[in-house]
Amino acid sequence: MHELPQNLANGLFLGAMYGLIAVGYTMVYGIIQLINFAHGEIFMTGAFGALAVYSKLGANVSIWLALPLMIVGGVATATLVAVLAERFAYRPLRNAPRLAPLITAIGLSIFLQQLVWGFPGNKSARVFPQLPGGPFHLGSVVFQSADIFVVVAAVLSTLFLAYFVRSTRTGRAMQATAQDPDTAKLMGIDTDKVIVIAFAIGAVFAAIAGISSGLRYGQIEYNMGFLNGLFAFTAAVLGGIGNIYGAMLGGLVLGLAQTLSAAYIQYIPGMSQFGSQDWSGVWAFVILILVLMFRPQGLLGERVADRA
Amino acid sequence: MTALLEVEDLRVAYGKIEAVKGISFSIEQGQIVTLIGTNGAGKSTTLRTISGLLKPAGGTVRFNGERIDGTAANKIVGMGLAHSPEGRRIFARMSIEENLQLGAFLRRDPAGIQADMDRAYTLFPILGERRKQAAGTLSGGEQQMLAMGRALMSQPKLLMLDEPSMGLSPIMMQKIMSTIVELRDQGMTILLVEQNAQAALSLADRGHVMEIGKISLSGTGADLLHDESVRKAYLGED
Ligand SMILES: Nc1ncnc2c1ncn2[C@@H]1O[C@H](COP(=O)(O)OP(=O)(O)OP(=O)(O)O)[C@@H](O)[C@H]1O
Ligand SMILES: [Mg+2]
Repeated sequence: MHELPQNLANGLFLGAMYGLIAVGYTMVYGIIQLINFAHGEIFMTGAFGALAVYSKLGANVSIWLALPLMIVGGVATATLVAVLAERFAYRPLRNAPRLAPLITAIGLSIFLQQLVWGFPGNKSARVFPQLPGGPFHLGSVVFQSADIFVVVAAVLSTLFLAYFVRSTRTGRAMQATAQDPDTAKLMGIDTDKVIVIAFAIGAVFAAIAGISSGLRYGQIEYNMGFLNGLFAFTAAVLGGIGNIYGAMLGGLVLGLAQTLSAAYIQYIPGMSQFGSQDWSGVWAFVILILVLMFRPQGLLGERVADRA
Repeated sequence: MTALLEVEDLRVAYGKIEAVKGISFSIEQGQIVTLIGTNGAGKSTTLRTISGLLKPAGGTVRFNGERIDGTAANKIVGMGLAHSPEGRRIFARMSIEENLQLGAFLRRDPAGIQADMDRAYTLFPILGERRKQAAGTLSGGEQQMLAMGRALMSQPKLLMLDEPSMGLSPIMMQKIMSTIVELRDQGMTILLVEQNAQAALSLADRGHVMEIGKISLSGTGADLLHDESVRKAYLGED
């Protein structure tokens, strides 16, 4: 049990990354009730965009100079992919039956994976640059620069988003569109623009998560969006889909559930074979099912009763 | 004098089903015009098409002489045509104040917006008292006041109201109807859709009776009020 602080910290780092991805699922769902299954790939293209910038810069550029440029490159790539996807894959299906955009999203997810896979270079994993400094010690907890990056990024992004949604004109338009798109139009709100902005914000968050993932694990892969996307989607549902704080909270709960189950389930008598890293995903979904049994709308979700 | 709103041979379809089958009418500046008719006659469909939420299958809509059929809804409200939709459709999770602010979404004159908010609070004092409260907690009648106040916040030249008396007590309804007259006396032009034919016709300059997608009868409010077929069909007399 002496590793508990370390495990909690690891869960927090992982959860912050899930939360950043989950925001994209929740924003898009909150406004157009679309589960954007290609969002995991937006996360992936963000990481690859950042790596592409790094490769162009060459290895002798200081990482502290490279990092901001990588963030710009990753964010730009992911945003471009998300906006193009919205414009050409989802918008034409806006009034189609629900199943059509869902299948399109799955198709788009496979397409983007194969597209990135097709680029020349190592297929299985590509080396991602590391942040210098560390390991740092805080009591018994050890962490790396990349862990600080993900936590700071998650906190700053969430604060920014909270301010944006609550206090800006566009944020208000976004809330109105989420509550009642037709009436939002009658107020003069360009709901198409609002939807694009929701996709773009989700992509910015996903790209930051993608870069965090590269920095933490030292490598990225064309299929990294699949499992991470699935867990982040789970986090969004867990937190209450449509609610941005719920996405962050759900991410943290899920990250902790995975880390703690991998560390401790094996010590429960008779459970020793269910406690390895391989089982952590299973426990994440067990938590999801338990939460949804008692709170079908998710931890912070509201019942959608005022939607006609 | 040209009409503020001119609807000509308007047709609207949901898929293959035609809900509005070629209707024409116009509204002069400063008039109250009412559309009455049974459930499913196509009244709301007509309003939703004029405000741009639906695209017509045929015909034209002119507002202030300009064609607006096919123009996006968010542009039309900026031209001075406000639509308070059926069922109130207030933003339930936002405060009363925020709902009114959204009504002024396209305006960039904070002082003017504030003045109009105060005007809405004078028109409907209850809204002022509860301005910070979530709109979803208001009663049906209060929500209707908010919906009207919100539509007025865009400073419209034409205000379209879809069943503002729906589900209201007689007193509340009286209040809404007298507000409509008050607005007209201040120079507002109003297109009023109502189930309550008696109330609507008594204050309208002109009325049109809609039946399954067509206008079956038109006349002044007083004419229709005294028309035998109208009395039979809509005023519950035999
Ligand atoms: N979204 C829709 N899809 C398909 N058909 C629709 C839709 N909305 C309305 N209709 C149909 O169009 C016709 C006209 O409906 P509309 O709502 O315009 O009537 P209304 O005159 O406003 O009726 P009410 O007085 O009940 O509000 C009805 O037959 C209705 O069933
Ligand atoms: Mg109607």
